[in-house]
Amino acid sequence: MRSNNGADMVTFFLKRLGVMVLTMLCLTIVVFSLVNLDPNLRKLSISQTNMRATDVEIESWLVNNGYRDPFIERYGSWLGLWPRQPNIDQKTGEAVSRFKYCDDPTAPTFSGVIQGDFGCSTKFKKKVADKLVPALQSTGWLMFWVMAVMIPSALVIGILAGMREGSRMDRSLSIVSITSTATPEYVSGIFFTVIFASWLGWLNGSAATATSKGITFYNFALPVMTMAIYGMGYIARMTRASMVEVMTAQYIRTARLKGMGFYAVIIKHALRNALIAPFTVIMLQFPWLLTGVVIVEIMFRYQGFGFTLVQAAGNNDIDLLLACSLVSVIVVLVTQLISDVGYAYLNPRIRVK
Amino acid sequence: MEYLSTFDIITTTFIQLWPTWLALIILVAASFAFQNQLGLYGRLFDSGVGIVGVLIVAFWIFTAIFADIIAPFDPLDQIVVMKNKLPGAIEPGSGEAFLFGGDKLARDVFSRVVYGSQIVLIIAPAATIFALMVGISLGLPAGYYGGKTDTILSFLANLVLAFPVILLFYLLVTPGITETPIPYAMAGLFFLFPIVFFVTLFYTRYKKRVEVLWIQLAITLVLGGWIYAGLVFNADPLGIISIDPNELNIFVAVVFATSPAVFRIVRGLVMDIKTRDYIAAAQTRGETPWYIMLWEILPNARGPLIVDACLRIGYTTILLGTLGYFGLGMAPESPDWGTAIKEGSRLLRLYVHPALFPAAALMSFVLGLNLLADSLREESMKD
Repeated sequence: MRSNNGADMVTFFLKRLGVMVLTMLCLTIVVFSLVNLDPNLRKLSISQTNMRATDVEIESWLVNNGYRDPFIERYGSWLGLWPRQPNIDQKTGEAVSRFKYCDDPTAPTFSGVIQGDFGCSTKFKKKVADKLVPALQSTGWLMFWVMAVMIPSALVIGILAGMREGSRMDRSLSIVSITSTATPEYVSGIFFTVIFASWLGWLNGSAATATSKGITFYNFALPVMTMAIYGMGYIARMTRASMVEVMTAQYIRTARLKGMGFYAVIIKHALRNALIAPFTVIMLQFPWLLTGVVIVEIMFRYQGFGFTLVQAAGNNDIDLLLACSLVSVIVVLVTQLISDVGYAYLNPRIRVK
Repeated sequence: MEYLSTFDIITTTFIQLWPTWLALIILVAASFAFQNQLGLYGRLFDSGVGIVGVLIVAFWIFTAIFADIIAPFDPLDQIVVMKNKLPGAIEPGSGEAFLFGGDKLARDVFSRVVYGSQIVLIIAPAATIFALMVGISLGLPAGYYGGKTDTILSFLANLVLAFPVILLFYLLVTPGITETPIPYAMAGLFFLFPIVFFVTLFYTRYKKRVEVLWIQLAITLVLGGWIYAGLVFNADPLGIISIDPNELNIFVAVVFATSPAVFRIVRGLVMDIKTRDYIAAAQTRGETPWYIMLWEILPNARGPLIVDACLRIGYTTILLGTLGYFGLGMAPESPDWGTAIKEGSRLLRLYVHPALFPAAALMSFVLGLNLLADSLREESMKD
């Protein structure tokens, strides 16, 4: 049985990889066509020229900067399958760099996502990679602390609640987790800011200093708490359900009848099997956290990925927005894959087929 | 400026909400009186969690219905002296109090929260119903036929699910997009699903009884076509049904983001149910696939679907709030809770009340729905 799995695993991964690439292609095409809708291009042109640009000026800016080239060529050059064309200076007729602040080449070159070039941010006037990498690092720290707070507390709540189904502890902890799933970030953020920043003054209502001066409890506790609360309830509910199911299993009763203590049974026998289901849920929680990241970063003025995404979307910064969507889609797809593989690995009854 | 005391604020708010309390009392009395004849709904009243859930949800439904009677002020009226006033400030003109204070544009927060419930309680359930229709109509064949149908539909659903919701909204609910035909095309597609669904539903069951069938089809097509014309083309001949382009845009985006999740649930349920004996029996009888899907499988999947619908209305409410919080779609002066939270949170360090009350309202409504769903799940599992 085990010997065959090697080849099966390879085909499984290749298939998954193919679907993932196809998904990314489809989604980037959708995003690409949406950001290139006429009203969006006009918005970009107005923000790049001046507020009182005439229709003729807008149109000529768009033509000069290659935004009126055929869709396929432009998408191809973003991907790196079609040469990226420089602009033509209208007075001299020479080829000039398209975005000077990004050192765009003056000769047609293949330079797209495949070559590792994510293009140029028109809003921040720098290369997309230079903007996105620090932003992702900042968000990485936020995610890390959110996970570090959310997962242990959710698991503890779920296990304590599911240990004795129907007990008073179960009912009160269930109410806690239901309440937390009913509290989106923009609600809990308000409550926490009011309580901890305005009334008690214990915590900082803004995480803006975390980027420049480093992360401290004072500036980071509020965003982390706010994000952790919303996701926590859901994981706790799943853990509870899984725990309840495990606790009714025959082997738990056997262990109890052998004379093992209640808590020894839970730690030695119940936990491992009860944690399989929450693992997949935690992994699938990442895409959800992306939305949370955007809300929390805006609310607490933290310059991370979510903040960048909102800036990119608000200014129709095409390359930056495409890079943001690519990053988020990759996060979603990779966590789905980890969740599937991890589930198969943790659960002895299911093998990858 | 005169202020009411905290005690007076609470009692006045309580009195102001009298139509809601009256309706709640009638509802609870009727529910207890006829508890045994009310099926699943009646059994909700067996558990404390169920009663609390019903009460909270009903509270908001009645508040939305009686908003005109409850709210002392117009949600958009700006009374300059009341700008940023604390809760309980008495408006000099009418002598009525701003129970929850005034916001930064000097509007009554209490009236705005009350009127905001109308917007939330119309869009969230309606969008959820449409998402259910789309998800069911596509999930049934995907789960039942399997194979290529399933592969293609599942791929499309996963495509939408791989899209972070917030990015989707930023792309689909920008002001620019209402200038393009995209929202109308999507609305045209999504709103077709309920009509097709009901036509198929009646046709598969009554195709041999033409005298019943044609009445049902006529009602479906006339009613559906009427709503369809009003919503998609804004061309309701009677002028009753119309929707603001921004709201249509939000509606479509929410349905688009929600239906793949419904699709996945329905597909899973169908794959489970189709292995049962009564499905094999129906197949042996020679029933058509769509008859089996709509009249054998769907009724047996209703328990989990009702629970999911309940949770999903709550989730849609949160989504709507997110949209409002990012200033997407809704008009900036709209009293819906999300927009109010956004407006209020800008001055949060100075004035707490303009954001706090809509936030509490949104949370309590979603909490009510979650409690309701939880107790529905418990009760339906007892079967």
